[in-house]
Amino acid sequence: MTLNPQRVSPYYTEDHEAFRDQVRRFVARELAPNIDEWDEAGEVPWSFHKAAADAGLLQLGYPESLGGVEAPDSFYNIILNDELAQTGSGGIMPAVWVHGIACPPIVAFGSQAQQAKYVTPVLAGEKMAALAITEPSGGSDVAAIKTTARDAGDHYLVNGSKTFISGGMRASAFTTAVRTGGDGPGGVSMLIIDADLPGVSRTPLKKMGWWCSDTATLYFDNVKVPKSNLLGQENRGFAVIMHNFNSERLSMCAQAYGLARCCIDQAAAYARDRHTFGQPLAGHQVIRHKLVDMQMRNQSVKAWLDEIAWRIDHGETPVADLSMLKVLATQTLEFCANEAMQIFGGAAYMRGNKVERIYRETKVMTIGGGSAEILKDLAARQLGF
Amino acid sequence: MKVMVSVKRVVDYNVRIQVKGDGSGVNLDGVKMSMNPFDEIAMEQAVQMKDAGTAEEVIAVTIGPAKAEEQLRSALAFGADRAIHVKTDEEIQPLTAARILAKLFEKEQPKVLLTGKQAIDDDANQTGQMTAALLDLPQATFASAIEFDGDKAKVTREVDSGLETIEVDLPAVITTDLRLNEPRYLKLPDIMKAKKKPIDAMSVEDLGIEEAVKLNVTKTAPPPEREPGVMVEDVNELVSKMKDKGLV
Ligand SMILES: Cc1cc2nc3c(=O)[nH]c(=O)nc-3n(C[C@H](O)[C@H](O)[C@H](O)COP(=O)(O)OP(=O)(O)OC[C@H]3O[C@@H](n4cnc5c(N)ncnc54)[C@H](O)[C@@H]3O)c2cc1C
Repeated sequence: MTLNPQRVSPYYTEDHEAFRDQVRRFVARELAPNIDEWDEAGEVPWSFHKAAADAGLLQLGYPESLGGVEAPDSFYNIILNDELAQTGSGGIMPAVWVHGIACPPIVAFGSQAQQAKYVTPVLAGEKMAALAITEPSGGSDVAAIKTTARDAGDHYLVNGSKTFISGGMRASAFTTAVRTGGDGPGGVSMLIIDADLPGVSRTPLKKMGWWCSDTATLYFDNVKVPKSNLLGQENRGFAVIMHNFNSERLSMCAQAYGLARCCIDQAAAYARDRHTFGQPLAGHQVIRHKLVDMQMRNQSVKAWLDEIAWRIDHGETPVADLSMLKVLATQTLEFCANEAMQIFGGAAYMRGNKVERIYRETKVMTIGGGSAEILKDLAARQLGF
Repeated sequence: MKVMVSVKRVVDYNVRIQVKGDGSGVNLDGVKMSMNPFDEIAMEQAVQMKDAGTAEEVIAVTIGPAKAEEQLRSALAFGADRAIHVKTDEEIQPLTAARILAKLFEKEQPKVLLTGKQAIDDDANQTGQMTAALLDLPQATFASAIEFDGDKAKVTREVDSGLETIEVDLPAVITTDLRLNEPRYLKLPDIMKAKKKPIDAMSVEDLGIEEAVKLNVTKTAPPPEREPGVMVEDVNELVSKMKDKGLV
């Protein structure tokens, strides 16, 4: 394990390091001993949500008035993502911290009543919230969503379906993108839909990785949603979604960096211990250069990640940089997972190995939260290329 | 009551210790340092007493270099009200530490001094006992359970033969063992608040302490590498192997 001793950095202070120690300790005690079992079982017990809330980690970055623990800057969130990733589980984030994409829109645009009802119990570890944007007909083209919410006086009548929704099976409410107006982005609104409303049904999906996190298809069949559940203004939902993507992407970059770091640490330790042809693997130039190639790339990701975080904390919204970093960080993760697999040889192919799981969980990182193709195009537009 | 807790800055328990090439000690360059885990247990005990209303004030004490302030900040984040930092760059051995703690005890007059049963650097397991002796106070070492009742404390001790429960009159020195509690996670707001709590800094000389006779370490060596084990098929093979080695 890399312990980051006495780091000198323009961004990280003693407070950050003290916080990192605590997260590390939480991970070692509460998560590392259980994650393999939870991943195989396809579920994280509610007691872990509670433990994360007791440690002040579930609610990191939310206002105190809603039961949150306010973070003075973005680096605390980076540390949390990075350290949770050291268990080699990408799935723990969507399994437990999925409110990280479902709740910020309610915090930023919701009424006090909405916040009290839909955010506070989630931050206490009692309930889960999910974000429902993607539909069976497509996820990249968010402005083309087909689920409709028809104005029916005191309520909306919602029809349609959503798919690939993280936490969709366990969530008690969904922050949902719906069409209230005409075609295109100008007809999109955000509605908070309670999972127990008549007409809501859901089915689980089996998937390649992220086993400890459920993923669902949601069906809305003439669901009556009270008007008071509209988030922000009608037909202004597209801006809410875009606002949300930026914070999601920063977290995903930090997670990708952390998972890649885990691959490097695992592979480096194995390369020191494993002997072939009379010497440790790391004694072969080909292998130690692989480790350097991994480290080189991931350290570059980290430098850019920290710089972008600093700029965000100073009021900027560096959309192009964030988009490009999301691509770079997740592709670096793919590279590192691939090389770590190669260094481990056959042992990497066996379940129970962190690298095996990370390798299976790289693709969701390059596709979810904005695919590489879409983000490069977004960056190109921003940069005027 | 007033509770004093002593905490020590030691190499983090996750670090793989490396002995210096010349055998003059262990490598501390750039190595991660943390609060001695047994002292964290002592801190947890103290703040639990505060939460329960048994303790009104918790004072954390450390003896060590300027950087040991980090460990005092952790103690303050745990919930100590204030801290005392006896600054020194010298290596402090148990008797000197005990003299310093005894002096601070006399100054502060707490009802109890809590400290880890040993520090994981030298594993001396002496400071608590020596402090009690210097102060001529009762001591209860290796505590795995503590119950306060008026001017007495009932302490369950982990001893070789199992558990032993004793009663001591207060004030007393109690050293904490692993099973006493599970130290809490320090939350970010508490880490931030700890920055604002007072730390009273002083030198060993300020306290008028004479350093005890130094024990000289002549050589540090890593433990011999363990030979790999062998798998045996059955008890017969085990017995014959042991006979070969002259073990039975
Ligand atoms: C495990 C998992 C969890 C998820 N969780 C959630 C969730 O909680 N909530 C949620 O709303 N969504 C979630 N998603 C969905 C995810 O956000 C989408 O999969 C993603 O946005 C891509 O959408 P799509 O799968 O419909 O692919 P499509 O949009 O159909 O795209 C298919 C492919 O074509 C490429 N492509 C599309 N358009 C273009 C173009 N114009 N130019 C070039 N290439 C293009 C894409 O990059 C992609 O490679 C999750 C997905 C997964 C796998």
